Amino acid sequence: MNFEHTEERRMLADSLNRFVAEQYSFETRDNIVKGTHGFSTDIWQQFADLGVIGALFSEANGGFGGAGFDIAVVFEAMGRGLVVEPLLGSAILAGEAIAAAGNEAQKAVLADIIDGSTIAAFAHDEPGNHYELARVQTRAERSGDGWVLNGAKAVVLHGEQANLFVVSARTAGAVDDEAGISLFLLPANTAGLTVRGCPTIDGGRVAEMSLNAVVLSADALLGTENQGHATLERAIGRGVLALCAEALGAMEAAKTATLDYLRTRKQFGNLIGSFQALQHRMADLLLEIEQARSAVINAAAALDADRLTRECALSAAKFSIGRIGALVAEESIQLHGGIGMTWELPLAHYAKRLVMIDHQLGDEDHHLQRFIALGKQVTA
Amino acid sequence: MDLNFTPEEEIFRSEVRRFLADKLPARLSAKVINGKHLSKTDMEEWHAILHARGWLANHWPAEHGGPGWSAAEKFIFEHECCLASAPRIVPFGVNMLGPVLIKYGNEAQKRHWLPRILDGSDWWCQGYSEPGAGSDLAAVTTMAVRDGDHYIVDGQKTWTTLGQHANMIFCLVRTDREAKKQEGISFLLIDMTTPGVEVRPIITLDGAHEVNEVFFTNVRVPAQNLVGEENKGWTCAKYLLTYERTNIAGIGLSVAALERLKRIAAQQMRNGRPLADDPSFSARLARVEIDLENMKTTNLRVIAAVAGGGVPGAESSMLKIRGTQIRQEISSLTRRAMGPYARPFIAEALDDGYTGMPIGPEAAASAAAQYFNNRKLSIFGGSNEIQKNIISKMILGL
Repeated sequence: MNFEHTEERRMLADSLNRFVAEQYSFETRDNIVKGTHGFSTDIWQQFADLGVIGALFSEANGGFGGAGFDIAVVFEAMGRGLVVEPLLGSAILAGEAIAAAGNEAQKAVLADIIDGSTIAAFAHDEPGNHYELARVQTRAERSGDGWVLNGAKAVVLHGEQANLFVVSARTAGAVDDEAGISLFLLPANTAGLTVRGCPTIDGGRVAEMSLNAVVLSADALLGTENQGHATLERAIGRGVLALCAEALGAMEAAKTATLDYLRTRKQFGNLIGSFQALQHRMADLLLEIEQARSAVINAAAALDADRLTRECALSAAKFSIGRIGALVAEESIQLHGGIGMTWELPLAHYAKRLVMIDHQLGDEDHHLQRFIALGKQVTA
Repeated sequence: MDLNFTPEEEIFRSEVRRFLADKLPARLSAKVINGKHLSKTDMEEWHAILHARGWLANHWPAEHGGPGWSAAEKFIFEHECCLASAPRIVPFGVNMLGPVLIKYGNEAQKRHWLPRILDGSDWWCQGYSEPGAGSDLAAVTTMAVRDGDHYIVDGQKTWTTLGQHANMIFCLVRTDREAKKQEGISFLLIDMTTPGVEVRPIITLDGAHEVNEVFFTNVRVPAQNLVGEENKGWTCAKYLLTYERTNIAGIGLSVAALERLKRIAAQQMRNGRPLADDPSFSARLARVEIDLENMKTTNLRVIAAVAGGGVPGAESSMLKIRGTQIRQEISSLTRRAMGPYARPFIAEALDDGYTGMPIGPEAAASAAAQYFNNRKLSIFGGSNEIQKNIISKMILGL
């Protein structure tokens, strides 16, 4: 039993935390968020140069990490800084799908993802699928040697800025069958693909996508026809871990900010931190955040375990993070009082991010149901 | 990062399992599984079995008869005992007084009392709480006045767990009325057969006789029974309250109770299907299961920090709060799982010698009583609110 990170991971965490503290101030981030690009290409390049993207890929795929605890370390640091650059969409979701299912020619793009020159986007969610992994209505029909895609994709991370899309589409079966989903690789300039971007309430841009008679050649198929579900689950699983770790970093930052406030704000002639009603709520938050940290550790440790162990731990973690994240957000705002309602206070942005993480890759309810369903498979 | 126990620790685990399979009487584990009351001889029997193996005083250093286990080994032992439904070790002599004597007792006291704890010659109980000193423990008013070679003790203790079986009680007594609250307290060992000691039962809401009141009227206690210095008893008291709290979360108890609850939920029906498939019940079950998995890792993190030289200070307050909340939720779900059969309650059915027919499912007999009994978990050992005070002072610095 050992809960210390390796020397390499500690160094990575230190340099990332330092970079975020020095280069990613609240003002810097606020300007990035208010811009139309959705992220800073300059900072993105610096992340690539620091090896942050490479840390998310295994050596076999051109990186130098890729394990659960690499993801956890990187994203906890991202969460502390509320970083909006496209690590999750490009490196974790699209990157993992390409790394897991791609042939050698397709995997060549991983080097460009790792050096930051290619932004890949993961276009899987659809209007109305509500986190349901297997519900895919976008259709891909065979046409000659290739394919024709029709459908719509929803809330795609950094969709406007992506050069490359991983798109899921149904090639067989009913609309919610696990079998019959296939994945495709599309360059952003593919004819018939339209992308409409918009900002989000918690920072970073997303896009709605439509695919109208998009014609693809045979080599656009990523992985085996009809067998895309396992790849999606694997990529989304890594995304779930990344989001959980990011939330943990944001919770720690929210905790620090709230504690500072309790130690400096005076009312009725006393520091408000001396009031027991507030102390007990803060003690509860601390306890919950420690439970969230344990959930992240459990999920990171299970990332390479057998499927049921892994997915149970991931859903348990996302459920925990969803519940605790909203609690930390709501309590932090409440403990700050009126000032917690203002845009100028960084804490408010941590709170928004914490709540919105529950709206990515499955919320608290979704993952509780999934945990129950997976548990039945374990006992069956 | 490595969440696994070492190969050596896994070998130790199999050794514990083998011991439990060989030595734990089925009669005792059956009582534990069904929530029956353990008699004094049941508890003594289990202590003797553990003592024969050298595992009774598992927190004690080897020189005083302990096995010299690491925090991880203690966790494994506790966990396996719970999974096997072994009776719990009665903590007052072994886990509470023993470590205090080892740290603060004089040579004569250690030589006399420690072996008697191990071989069962003495049954100890704890004289801490008083009617006016619960969470505010330093408010004790039981007086001990020096009279030659003796102290004369007058006052009352309460919530004395299993005091009805005890022949000895360790007490916090006031030896200086003038001193500031914590400074006039002494730690005194009292023979309960001394004239002037009276034990009266307190029947708790589940109908059980587990706790007592103990009255002291002009009780003469030899001065050699003072542990540590006079008026320095608060140091012993605090040490006792914080000693070895790495297992305070009761993870093993919760894991065992959850497994039992899952078996019950698979058998009980609602709307024509097992309760385990009922959406609202299964959601509550899953919530507590996830919380427990997280808690287990939180607990192991604290243990690993201790092994690395850290001290489980206020972290044990977090383990206590959430650990007891989880145990309470599981017993609440177990009660709910019984449906209407949670209500019929034949108190005698939980004691030895009951031969009547059970009413309802076997697990129903104790479900509600255990739920009510478990309300104590968030009250004793420093209420969960006191634990939050400790966290905000010691960890949060508020």
